[in-house]
Amino acid sequence: MSALLTISGLTKSFGGLRVTDDLSLSIEECTTHAVIGPNGAGKTTLISQLSGQLRPDAGQIIYADEDITRLDMAGRVHRGLARSFQITTLLPGFSALENVALAVQARRGSSFRFFRAARAEKALNDAALACLEEVGLAAQANRLASELSHGEKRQLELAVALATGPRLLLLDEPLAGTGHDEAEALIALLGRLKSRLTLVLIEHDMAAVFALADQVSVLVNGRLIASGPPARVRSDPAVRAAYLGEEEADPCCASRV
Amino acid sequence: MLNLILLQLINGLQFGILLFLVAAGLTLVFGIMDFINLAHGVLYMVGGYVMAALSAATGNFWLSLVLVLPAMLGIGLLLEAAVFRKLHDRPHLDQVLATFGLVLILSELVKLIWGAAPLSVTLPEALAGSVPLVGPLRYPVYRIAVIAAGLAIALMLWFVIARTRIGMLLRAGAANPAMVSALGVNVNRLFMLVFAVGAMLAGFAGAIVAPILSVDPGMGDSILILTFVVIVIGGVGSVRGAFVAALLVGIVDTMGRIFGPILLKQLLEPAAAAQAGRTLAPMLVYLLMAGVLFWRPSGLFGRSTGA
Amino acid sequence: MSIAKGAAPLVILGLTLLPPLASAAGDPFLTVIATRMVIFALAALSLDLILGFGAMVSFGHAAYLGIGAYAVAVLGGMGVTDLGLQMLAAALAATLFALPTGAISLRTRGVYFIMITLAFGQMAYFVFVSFSALGGDDGMALKGYSTLLGLPVLASGTGLFYVSLALLTLALIGLDRITRSRFGRVLRGCRENSLRMQAVGFRPFPFQLTAYVVAAAICSVAGVLLANQALFVSPAYMSWQRSGELIVMVVLGGAGNLIGAVLGALAIVGLEEGLARFSHHWRLGFGLILVLVALYSPGGITGMIRRILPAGRPG
Repeated sequence: MSALLTISGLTKSFGGLRVTDDLSLSIEECTTHAVIGPNGAGKTTLISQLSGQLRPDAGQIIYADEDITRLDMAGRVHRGLARSFQITTLLPGFSALENVALAVQARRGSSFRFFRAARAEKALNDAALACLEEVGLAAQANRLASELSHGEKRQLELAVALATGPRLLLLDEPLAGTGHDEAEALIALLGRLKSRLTLVLIEHDMAAVFALADQVSVLVNGRLIASGPPARVRSDPAVRAAYLGEEEADPCCASRV
Repeated sequence: MLNLILLQLINGLQFGILLFLVAAGLTLVFGIMDFINLAHGVLYMVGGYVMAALSAATGNFWLSLVLVLPAMLGIGLLLEAAVFRKLHDRPHLDQVLATFGLVLILSELVKLIWGAAPLSVTLPEALAGSVPLVGPLRYPVYRIAVIAAGLAIALMLWFVIARTRIGMLLRAGAANPAMVSALGVNVNRLFMLVFAVGAMLAGFAGAIVAPILSVDPGMGDSILILTFVVIVIGGVGSVRGAFVAALLVGIVDTMGRIFGPILLKQLLEPAAAAQAGRTLAPMLVYLLMAGVLFWRPSGLFGRSTGA
Repeated sequence: MSIAKGAAPLVILGLTLLPPLASAAGDPFLTVIATRMVIFALAALSLDLILGFGAMVSFGHAAYLGIGAYAVAVLGGMGVTDLGLQMLAAALAATLFALPTGAISLRTRGVYFIMITLAFGQMAYFVFVSFSALGGDDGMALKGYSTLLGLPVLASGTGLFYVSLALLTLALIGLDRITRSRFGRVLRGCRENSLRMQAVGFRPFPFQLTAYVVAAAICSVAGVLLANQALFVSPAYMSWQRSGELIVMVVLGGAGNLIGAVLGALAIVGLEEGLARFSHHWRLGFGLILVLVALYSPGGITGMIRRILPAGRPG
């Protein structure tokens, strides 16, 4: 088995603070890998480096046998490495459909076309609508992104990421701020995606993490303190002490209150 | 030749100090309040006119100079309450439109009150002479006084910014504008203060150049653009950056106008050198700005846009 | 935007009727003013493409007005008076200047972008100030009007007006198409959220630079017309005040919907000429209007229209 994504010796500092500290990790194709850790552990910084938004100070990122450490964000997306954002990052003045259609447009054909109205391009719209249907948002296709509810924005965020045609999806807290029902629906959706995509998931919701993940890595102060199958990580004494212990209960039930 | 260089260096320094006085307030309004103010240059002009009017009325240079400060502070507060306060959280372009309108209003008001002809301010006896510099070289006392006054104000600003609570807020705000309100500070009061003090400094600069240059309605326009250049080179929001950049721009501009043509004559024939010199000298500061922004897209002391 | 669709034909139609109305009113000077309005509307329209749709606030856009005007002077001096060739040369020269300066400017963002475009505009200004062969600071008078297919169409005020209006209409239709196209959608997306665009696989730079160059080329055509109207070119066409005025036109009209830029230009040229008839100190009233619009009418003139006619708003 060869890994789809291999990180070795990844290091990033802001000022004197090391937010990613000599991190090495390998992620197999078609697995779901959760990265957990307390606030400020450097999870989002890690995602930002994997997606190309931030450049690491040292280390290497190999994706599909290619060194992408210095590749920009757009280049990584074209190779199938896409991300979603923790703080919703949508185009507020565009309809839900157009938000997704743009992602389809980025993948298909040239965007240096100047005369035909993009909004009327059926091929783009159909593909976009399919993505919206997949996340259960087809009914809201023509509403502005800024007018959607919080949960719907999370769904749209996922639809946009899916429309880029990813092979590996980096999900930065896809459930953040959602209510119970919304979260259940999103977890079910991620469960469906899991079978055909490789997912890297950052999430605080432990129930979701242990329901979805094949592998779990624990990050504390930018450092990997444990990595392995969920059961093993859950019983790892170092993890219990450093992270799960804070919640003083079985992590399965602790989080979503 | 060496004397000429020294002389122009001091002239450049003096010009730079003036630019700093105008730029200091504007860079804070820009950096902390994220407010684009095109009307800052006219405050400099209004300062010149207030000085001319006061010294004509009182006949006393010093008294007038002292009175300019509260007058400009008052004008600053008035403008803040009437216009600027309402544009805080509006898009930049609305601010551009409103302050462009203010420039027209204030320039026209000045013409209405004092006429379009340039006014002059006479120097007090004590500052009218010149002092020996090196060898046969002499330098006007008043220009030295301008440099000294400017440096004193720069020092005062440094003290306020580095050592006081307000200064701490200003620094925090320049680094991260959202933080100021998060600290529970009354942002509106802070903005009012920054704006009014900025108006006072710009007006003071206009007042102290009044005896050297003539006071005319166009004086705000030319300084505004150079002030922008200074702020951008220094990094928006950084008073220290504004100081360094102001001296840099003042010296480069002054030296370029004098020595550009002289240097070019070594390379080109006289006619071509004269022509190239006329182009290059005023362009020099813009080349400097473009160069700085090319290497450092956020200016010398600006916060980086990367993070 | 529905407002653009509804208002644009009305505005163009209204302008078409101006010259006959002017001669009926016995005031041929009105046609001169109307021509100025149309020429500046074209310049403002080109700025709206980058400012309104791309969030690139250029403070040096008047440079292209000047480049277009000087193209007429230079080619006219060489005996080339054909309007088509002059416009082509102007657009080419504008492209040559816009490509490198735009590429450098796009390294910066926000206020820094405003200032670096100002710097390039000023550089162009000083180049022409020192060019004594082209009249230097004082500018130079042109020998004659440009010709259209060999005919002296532009020599009559009405001819110049209708040619300008035709070019404005063409630009309005063309830019309307462009802003709705795939290209325009990417440009608008980058305006709203550049990070998001990168995260779906776009590199904003080539799109923004293309828009910058297209805007420059269109503005240079306005410069060609301006030179014909005044029969005179001078560096004053490219001063920073002129660039500022173009921004103010776009913002006053309402940025990002094309027709707003046109309305803004009409309003500003109209106000300047209209108020100047009443008083020497017309700038006072003019400034006051700008401040009031900025304070009380977000979105400028089109914003105002939209609030008065809320029916046009979808959803």
